Amino acid sequence: MGKVLILDYDKCTGCRECEMVCAIQHEGVSNPARSRIRVIKKEWEGKYIPVTCQQCETAPCMAICPVKAISRDQSLNRVVVNYDKCIGCRMCITACPFGAMLFNGLTQKVMKCDFCDGDPQCVRFCETKAIRYAEPIEQSLDKQVAVADKFIAATQNAAAAITS
Amino acid sequence: MALNRKIAYIDLTSGKIETGKIPIEMRKKYIGSRGLDAYLLYNHVKQGIDALSPDNVAIVSAGLLVGTPASAACRIHVCAKSPLTDRYGSSNAGGFFAPELRWAGFDHLVITGKAPKPVYLWVHNGEIEIRDAKNVWGKYVAESQQAIRDELGDRDIKVLTIGPGGEKLVRFANVMTGLKNSAGRTGMGAVLGSKNLKAVAARGTMDITLAHPREALDYNREFTTQITSSKVSQTQGRLGTPFIFGATNTQGLVNTHNSLLTQLVDSDAVEAEAIDEYITGMASCWGCGVHCRGKFVIPEGPYAGTYDEGPEYTHQVSYGSITGCRNTIAILEGTHLTNMYGIDVLEVGNLIAWAIELSEEGILTKEETDGLELTWGNHEAVLEMTHRIANREGLGDILAEGGFRAAEKIGRNSIDHFIHVKGMGQMNSDEKATPALALNIATSSRGCDHLRSRPAIDLYHLPEDVLRKIYGQPVQYDGPLTSDYRDYEGKSWPVFWHENCYMAVDSLGICKYHTTFLGATHPNFEEWSKLIYLIAGLEMSPLDIWTAAERTNNLERMYNLREGMTRDEDWLVDRYFDLPNVLGIPAVRGLSIDREKFKKMIDEFYQYHGWDENGVPTPETLKRLEIDKEPSHML
Repeated sequence: MGKVLILDYDKCTGCRECEMVCAIQHEGVSNPARSRIRVIKKEWEGKYIPVTCQQCETAPCMAICPVKAISRDQSLNRVVVNYDKCIGCRMCITACPFGAMLFNGLTQKVMKCDFCDGDPQCVRFCETKAIRYAEPIEQSLDKQVAVADKFIAATQNAAAAITS
Repeated sequence: MALNRKIAYIDLTSGKIETGKIPIEMRKKYIGSRGLDAYLLYNHVKQGIDALSPDNVAIVSAGLLVGTPASAACRIHVCAKSPLTDRYGSSNAGGFFAPELRWAGFDHLVITGKAPKPVYLWVHNGEIEIRDAKNVWGKYVAESQQAIRDELGDRDIKVLTIGPGGEKLVRFANVMTGLKNSAGRTGMGAVLGSKNLKAVAARGTMDITLAHPREALDYNREFTTQITSSKVSQTQGRLGTPFIFGATNTQGLVNTHNSLLTQLVDSDAVEAEAIDEYITGMASCWGCGVHCRGKFVIPEGPYAGTYDEGPEYTHQVSYGSITGCRNTIAILEGTHLTNMYGIDVLEVGNLIAWAIELSEEGILTKEETDGLELTWGNHEAVLEMTHRIANREGLGDILAEGGFRAAEKIGRNSIDHFIHVKGMGQMNSDEKATPALALNIATSSRGCDHLRSRPAIDLYHLPEDVLRKIYGQPVQYDGPLTSDYRDYEGKSWPVFWHENCYMAVDSLGICKYHTTFLGATHPNFEEWSKLIYLIAGLEMSPLDIWTAAERTNNLERMYNLREGMTRDEDWLVDRYFDLPNVLGIPAVRGLSIDREKFKKMIDEFYQYHGWDENGVPTPETLKRLEIDKEPSHML
């Protein structure tokens, strides 16, 4: 199993650096319209949600593609587009449940996260580590540790209540 | 390219819009944003005009590196003749508007005239349109931005706007973007309001190509780490600017009770730790890894449940020490009010503190305060007065005119109690014990302010060899430098150095928290030289950048001189000299500024600039900086 992008919404400060570096990495320009990752911002509530491809095991984009241009690259655990086959019909955008398949109006092709071939730049530049590139098990482990911490605190509180 | 963003000239009276290129020679001479604005204001604004008349010119601009991997390269600058001081008006804000303006194709918007009815500008992918603002006028700052997004049907539009304060021509009204990002000083919001210009909305998908994208990315990683690995930036990212209050208040360096005192005792409710109880997380401006904006929800009172961002050090002082208040919720509420109305929190705090002193002294009667109990520590009255200033009600209407004009209306000896430089109220620290910082506020081109030349690291007691490493480049300096912030000798050069540093960083569009402001090890001229080359492909040595900053600082000076400024305006109010510190650590007690020593500092400061004893650039200086033929009307 390869690594995945783990997004921690609570840590995102909404700076959109990931969008910039993604566009520079893939297109050599600064332009969020060309980024494969997008931070959806509810700025009047202070909520920032980075959205990008989940690299699904059973990918709807792959299933719907009429010319079999989308496939899984197991070595990097990612879903990839073969642009020699892609006809730009955008059915994959329709099928993606996350809105993570994007359309680049300038190249007239779809675009999606490719993990920067194993060195995701969004991860490299995220100061708060709201985006990490790690084994999927780590995401569960983080939650398990958080639950454990809560459990410890609860038992300590309970013990304190009994002894006081 | 980072160099191909355009300049637009928008005449609101006729509705005529012209666009043009910014020649590369102008970039090399003035860099961009605040630097080029200095050129534009000097060239486009006639001497002696009324700042709130259609003759004034409002310039909105993004820096040379905005929207690129340069670390917090997100600053928008607004420049015009100031309706507060009738001198140079200039203010800068972070947020997300400036990069969007560049993706929409523009760097500078030169706005003249006055629209016949309220309008806003819609800037998108190389096009500019003047639109009716009937659905937006009258709205608060955040609501205005949402109303424009709704009207144009694009949630990604970024808006620079004025609030009710700017509409009502409060002479210290902000130009704002997002919830709290404010170009707050010198009343640029009132200038926009006087032009019937509610907002500028931007949205763009135009590439900013980079000269060396891969290398620029790699260097950005290094450059950003240089900043975010420092303790000062990490602390700021945890607590925001409120962390500064504890350090300065403990020493006795904070403006308290309208500068009668320099320390708020029993300050627990005002400290960062008290505010932090209400902070739910931190937010960033565009491309910034420091993330110093606190997120909070007001827990009680008339705005209970309202989400906002801040508070800043400025709110701790305006709704804390300067007005003598000790109520954490009042600081949160004051933050929201200034954000909502779009008025400068520094000026608001100053003027209310001044009014409190006038009331305490019996100069203002209770009738004149409209029944409001203006006493030290009455936070409810301070909040109420904030509403009245923004809405121009009663005494608030008088204070909304700024200190000089209000003092004329109030009369008696009220002016003697107004703490200011060039008519702009004292910023939030108090510099009686710190001559270098006092020199900064006395000589700043826009009046009493910390963001034009403050050598903040002077407070850190850094060893002389460290100071020499910082201040000995990009031009050689062999004169004295000292670690003791109470010294007079060796302090003029650092102020001159920071003046050029801050001009350069403002011209590049990078946040000051990403240069030698609070962080002694943060990047400056040498690092910028690399950034400019990798991003814009422009070869500018550290010395070239320094010289461009010197040039543009001189243009700001020339503007003020043309408006009639004399050396007398580079000075402090009497209280700075005659009222020694009585609070704070023993090292600062009993200190005030020494007139003679301070005069000598100013002389030195002028000499470093190549100015004569009246503070006027000599013909040789103007020739050396290639501004001896201004105005040249190249743009």
